[in-house]
Amino acid sequence: MTAADAHRAILAVWRIEQPRLITRLARLLRDVTLAEDLTQEALLAALEQWPTTGVPERPGAWLMATAKHRALDHLRRGRMLERKHELIAGDLNEEQQDMSDLDSSLDDDIGDEFLRLIFTACHPRLSREARTALALRMICGLTTEEIARAYLLPEATIAQRIVRAKRTLSESGLAYETPRGEELSIRLSSVLEVVYLIFNEGYTAARGQDWLRPQLCNEALRLGRMLTSIAPHEPEAHALLGLMELNASRAAARTDAAGEPILMLEQNRALWDQIQIRRGMRALERARELGGAGGSYALQAAIVACHAEAGTAAATDWPRIAEFYAGLAAVACSPIVELNRAVAVGMAEGPEAGLAIADRLLREPALKAYHLLPSVRGDLLYKLGRYEAAGAAFATAAAQAGNQREHDLLKRRAAEAAGASSASVSASGARQT
Amino acid sequence: MKFMFIVKSAHSMAPSPALLEAMHKLANREIKAGRMLDNGGLMPIAQGAQVRIIDGQLSVLDGPFVEAKEVVGGYAVFELHSKEEAVASAVEFMQLHKDFLPGWEGTCELRAFAPGGP
Repeated sequence: MTAADAHRAILAVWRIEQPRLITRLARLLRDVTLAEDLTQEALLAALEQWPTTGVPERPGAWLMATAKHRALDHLRRGRMLERKHELIAGDLNEEQQDMSDLDSSLDDDIGDEFLRLIFTACHPRLSREARTALALRMICGLTTEEIARAYLLPEATIAQRIVRAKRTLSESGLAYETPRGEELSIRLSSVLEVVYLIFNEGYTAARGQDWLRPQLCNEALRLGRMLTSIAPHEPEAHALLGLMELNASRAAARTDAAGEPILMLEQNRALWDQIQIRRGMRALERARELGGAGGSYALQAAIVACHAEAGTAAATDWPRIAEFYAGLAAVACSPIVELNRAVAVGMAEGPEAGLAIADRLLREPALKAYHLLPSVRGDLLYKLGRYEAAGAAFATAAAQAGNQREHDLLKRRAAEAAGASSASVSASGARQT
Repeated sequence: MKFMFIVKSAHSMAPSPALLEAMHKLANREIKAGRMLDNGGLMPIAQGAQVRIIDGQLSVLDGPFVEAKEVVGGYAVFELHSKEEAVASAVEFMQLHKDFLPGWEGTCELRAFAPGGP
């Protein structure tokens, strides 16, 4: 076994144990960020010792014992309040006695403690970037290096984000708390936002050179499954899981052999993963049963579900999709939602109705440099036979597109519209003579 | 990466209540950690059947299947980062059998799913 193999094997064992290690330490220390530090220290100790001693028969117990010794050291070093110290030290002794119990590792119900961990890592006081990094590290057990690779950023940047985020949590006294009552729903939406951000980061990567980028989708799905199993009564958690499953079900159809993206309406639907679609539909159903049909994730999932259920692109139920977009616009008023509604209405009622909505967005400052607005307008104008205006819209869109492939596609459409425009002029000229 | 764990054994030894409880706890933890996607125990082979093609002939066999040496007793599907993680997870699962069903012998085979979905 090479050193790299041994390293991977140890990391794998640690990762299996990581959720239990961190939750148990957090409960003991009443500090999630400190628990995370110690969990990492246990990993470092294993990486140092196991290559010579071999992996112990009960690696979980070994890691836990190591982390607990560090916890004790930490408590002794840091001059904590005498009483609290004694209490915790007492706990530690008790726990240490428990350790001989073979089964103890499975006796923890990590659910509640894990929920606390998730809420802490995704605290709204932290920036989005900090929340996602912390969630991937503390909840998913990714290393700083893996997170950096997934986000195409230098490792130092991620490390700094994590250190700062942890400091913010400790300094604001937020390192160990569970939201209750009204605050719960605000906090939950912050958690769901993080999960969806992670998913989208992986989803846009489609097929990255590095498997870790698309892997982010799996991490997000895993987080979603976690949330629905430890907080089973939250409709939006089920809805988000459904939304992610339904979007992920198209993965195999989203790019061609050369890696070029294929638009949903042009995808080979035989490649959509029907079992994953069924899982997504079930999660959406569950959200509805819990009274969450009108939630923002439930509506987004409902829209994707309409596509998933259509056997062919032509069979898409556009009026229903337009209705869901109207519902979504009511709960999450955003110009991007409105732009999507313009597309759906354009399909359901005709390009004119869609264009009316899209044109109203021209005054929207948030969409000033957003290439999809002129791109959608170009498409609707083209369908209306207004080729010259369509060409101008596609040209604007091409100039605004950040991505080379999209830029090229829009350039082609602009040229097409220009061609159609001169053809229609000469056609009308011919009629005149 | 998705893995299927397939547990095979030549023993017809029924799992002890202690093993069942421990496996239940482990499954519970893995589900809450978002890693286990599905699992199931299988009834004895006598209650199943085999459909085969041999020499271009399709036949249905209702058992008993005398030639069966190792019988699949259960399976689980996991979403994990690597084969190393799958091995660590299977070792933990088999350790439970060692602890709670002395004398039992068997195999937990782990197989990676062919890539397709995410």
